[in-house]
Amino acid sequence: MHLALFLIFAAVCVGGAINLLAQKHPINSALSLIVVMGSLAMIYLLLGAEFVAAVQVIVYAGAVMVLFVFVIMLLNAGVEERTPHASRVATLLGVPGLIIGLGISAWVVSRITGLDKIAIGGPSVMNGSDVFGNPQAVGQLLFRDYLLPFEVTSILILIAIMGAVVLARREE
Amino acid sequence: MVPLSYYLILSAVLFACGVAGFLIKRNIITTFLSIELMLNGVNLSFVAFAAQLKSLDGHIFVFFVMVVAAAEAAVGLAIIISVFRTRETLNVDRVNVLKL
Repeated sequence: MHLALFLIFAAVCVGGAINLLAQKHPINSALSLIVVMGSLAMIYLLLGAEFVAAVQVIVYAGAVMVLFVFVIMLLNAGVEERTPHASRVATLLGVPGLIIGLGISAWVVSRITGLDKIAIGGPSVMNGSDVFGNPQAVGQLLFRDYLLPFEVTSILILIAIMGAVVLARREE
Repeated sequence: MVPLSYYLILSAVLFACGVAGFLIKRNIITTFLSIELMLNGVNLSFVAFAAQLKSLDGHIFVFFVMVVAAAEAAVGLAIIISVFRTRETLNVDRVNVLKL
């Protein structure tokens, strides 16, 4: 059951990501990214991370993507224009080069650290304990052990708010 | 039961799609969306390892990554609006001078 649900939502995820690359209009890319984020939230639920799944839907698929869609509509962004005489190297060589580079580095790292000896696919992920990633456990960890990083985060948010207001303000 | 490697493969595919979009796309907003896709791929790795190790620290990390991504989106979109106001374009190839 877990495997079937995982395969369905993983397929939706990869389809949304590829659609993001294929679409020409930024609003279509933004909407397919929302699809990716929604199905990722379902995969987080399969992994027992209830709090992360809720935050993924509320913050990512909600707040951040609304901001994106708002800016796309504000700027009246049209179909992506192609620059003439632009370099085609990134388009032609980027993806195969990336796959080869990542494959070689993954092979080297797994050889050096001996990761390929560990049966990483063997043990099952999560077997149904529903008290794993619920908001109570995450909140206790967040407000006890990680209290200082949490407070520093609020300063970061404050700086981001001020920076956004200063940058987007219209010069008189 | 789903093996951990499936989650890691999905995470790597999402990250690679993000990198490809970052390299191929010329619209500055789509480039920004690709960065968000990469962050989501990394978050999936964090949650999968947290479930494998039965440790909640990965969830905390995901929380902080989301906070930084939200701050980055706010500042980055403000920069995009500012660039569009002065350049009248969203094509990253036309934005090659830092000076306003």
